[in-house]
Amino acid sequence: MKLIILNDYDQASEWAAKYIRNKILLFKPGPDRYFTLGLPTGSTPLGCYKKLIEYYKNGEISFQYVKTFNMDEYVGLPREHPESYHSFMWNNFFKHIDIKAENTHILDGNTADLQAECEAFEGKITAAGGIQLFVGGIGPDGHIAFNEPGSSLVSRTRVKTLAKDTIMANARFFDGDLSKVPTMALTVGVGTVMDAKEVMILITGAHKAFALYKAIEEGVNHMWTVSAFQQHPQTVFVCDEDATLELRVKTVKYFKGMMHVHNKLVESLTEDSKNN
Amino acid sequence: MPTNKSVSDAPITQFINCRILREHKLQREDLWVREGRILDPEKLFFDEKGYADKHVDCEGSIIAPGFIDVQINGGHGIDFSQASDDVSAGVSFVAKKILEHGVTSFCPTLVTSPAAIYHQVLPQVKVHNGGQDGAGVLGFHLEGPFISAEKKGAHPEQFLRSFQSGGIQDLLETYGSMDNVAMVTLAPELAGSQSVVRELCQRGIKVSLGHSVANLHQAEEAVQNGASFITHLFNAMLPFHHRDPGIVGLLTSDQIPDGRMVYYGMIADGIHTNPAALRIAHRAHPSGLVLVTDAIAAMGLPPGRHTLGQQVIEIQGLHAYVAGCSVEEALEAASLHPAQLLGLHRKGNLDYGSDADLVLLDDALKVKATYISGEEVWRNAP
Repeated sequence: MKLIILNDYDQASEWAAKYIRNKILLFKPGPDRYFTLGLPTGSTPLGCYKKLIEYYKNGEISFQYVKTFNMDEYVGLPREHPESYHSFMWNNFFKHIDIKAENTHILDGNTADLQAECEAFEGKITAAGGIQLFVGGIGPDGHIAFNEPGSSLVSRTRVKTLAKDTIMANARFFDGDLSKVPTMALTVGVGTVMDAKEVMILITGAHKAFALYKAIEEGVNHMWTVSAFQQHPQTVFVCDEDATLELRVKTVKYFKGMMHVHNKLVESLTEDSKNN
Repeated sequence: MPTNKSVSDAPITQFINCRILREHKLQREDLWVREGRILDPEKLFFDEKGYADKHVDCEGSIIAPGFIDVQINGGHGIDFSQASDDVSAGVSFVAKKILEHGVTSFCPTLVTSPAAIYHQVLPQVKVHNGGQDGAGVLGFHLEGPFISAEKKGAHPEQFLRSFQSGGIQDLLETYGSMDNVAMVTLAPELAGSQSVVRELCQRGIKVSLGHSVANLHQAEEAVQNGASFITHLFNAMLPFHHRDPGIVGLLTSDQIPDGRMVYYGMIADGIHTNPAALRIAHRAHPSGLVLVTDAIAAMGLPPGRHTLGQQVIEIQGLHAYVAGCSVEEALEAASLHPAQLLGLHRKGNLDYGSDADLVLLDDALKVKATYISGEEVWRNAP
């Protein structure tokens, strides 16, 4: 596991975006070789998306040969609702870049057979050759996607009932009216994300500090589903200073001492490294 | 493999690098057009897996809905009120010329004329959509002859009329067919006018108050009967008086029925109205402001001083900018408000499904290009 500690949210976002950029470039995607990217929604990844859009507009990267798979979507919320994850992805990412609609995949929470939709989603990931890099955020209770506390750590894509805490936290997006907040969602499972070649988790802000502590300093525990990635061979946690508040000084110093090594991962690629 | 052909074969144009006027704000958004209508790109993306066939780089331009002018009397030496065998050619000529001012649809306006003129001119021009040949015609605006002799302005007094035959009958006698009429300006204090207002509104023709000495009560009664516009506010009406503000008082009247709105036309040329008066009106009732050119035959002639009747008018082209209000408000006063006045839901806005009548402007609001139904119909030569 790598823990990347940046000063603030903006720097963490930039680091994460550069990491994704380099991964795509080094993969050398093409018509017969798509880079597969798992993507989250929420406020945490917004800064990272902004940076990726900037790199696209600068001509540094293209998403022409990138396939995306989103982590989750509400059940029963109209797709055009501003809080749907379809709307989120369109407004904050897809409409700004050159990705083709047919290469984007978001679970359909309005379909008649939700279970079949989930199984089909797993099938699409498999058909695309698995996910190269799954990017995620976490909730203050350590949930990854909608894998709320207590979710199986080998779960697959499925229908989930949202935790009361999540519903209350989301009420602010639905006129503060609890009755309007969706109570169910479709979500990839912890196991689905575990299958990705690489996982990058973004954690920023003091309110996520305890979750980061649970994620990396205590044992694997289904009440903090993000802790499962301790057993993933290639996981990067990208956080800001605020998110480290509950960590041991020793942990923080250890990983900060390695930043000079880790920063090499996000340096602009030379033509040589792109061609190797 | 999914393509953008699943719903329609028509090509899709994406205007990029632009700021578009939507929901009263200039927003940094692309504008998508298919089959002459504004397209929801999110639906295109998720439902049709579609994409644009063609990009138009707007180089940072503002895109506003095409301007709608509800009062144009002519231009470029042509006066619609002059009887001629070929008025439609004159209207077509002006329709083509006003594209360069960003006007994509308009109401050719006839000032007070003898009945013979109306009978000859009105049948010659039909309501039609715009295109390469020029701005669309929304219907005639008939300004007079049922107006006040005291406030006739440049209208010839000998042709003024009153409602002698009982109202609508007078209109039919004077105008002949009213099939292609969008709006009538009349003076609400004329005896019998209130029933005429009701009758016109029932026929879907907008009633405007103007060239009038009406007091506020008469004006309010006309609005309650369906009138919805004031022709060139302040001009050719009683001046504002605090004991009876007259037609001007409609801007802040509390007698306007719920859900109704009174719009008012203003000629924002700094001559017909002092800019301070314009600001008074705008601050009192910003959402009702409709910019009109009230263009006369001299429009399009070289800048300078020209005459219309007794008036001397300085020609400075179409002024689409009102000092003291935001760019968004000025643009909406020339597009959204006249569309709302005429009840045109698919014009005057850039909402999904609306007509892709567009004007591209620079930051000084100089027109760079004009589009009708998504097709470029005029572009400023660089």
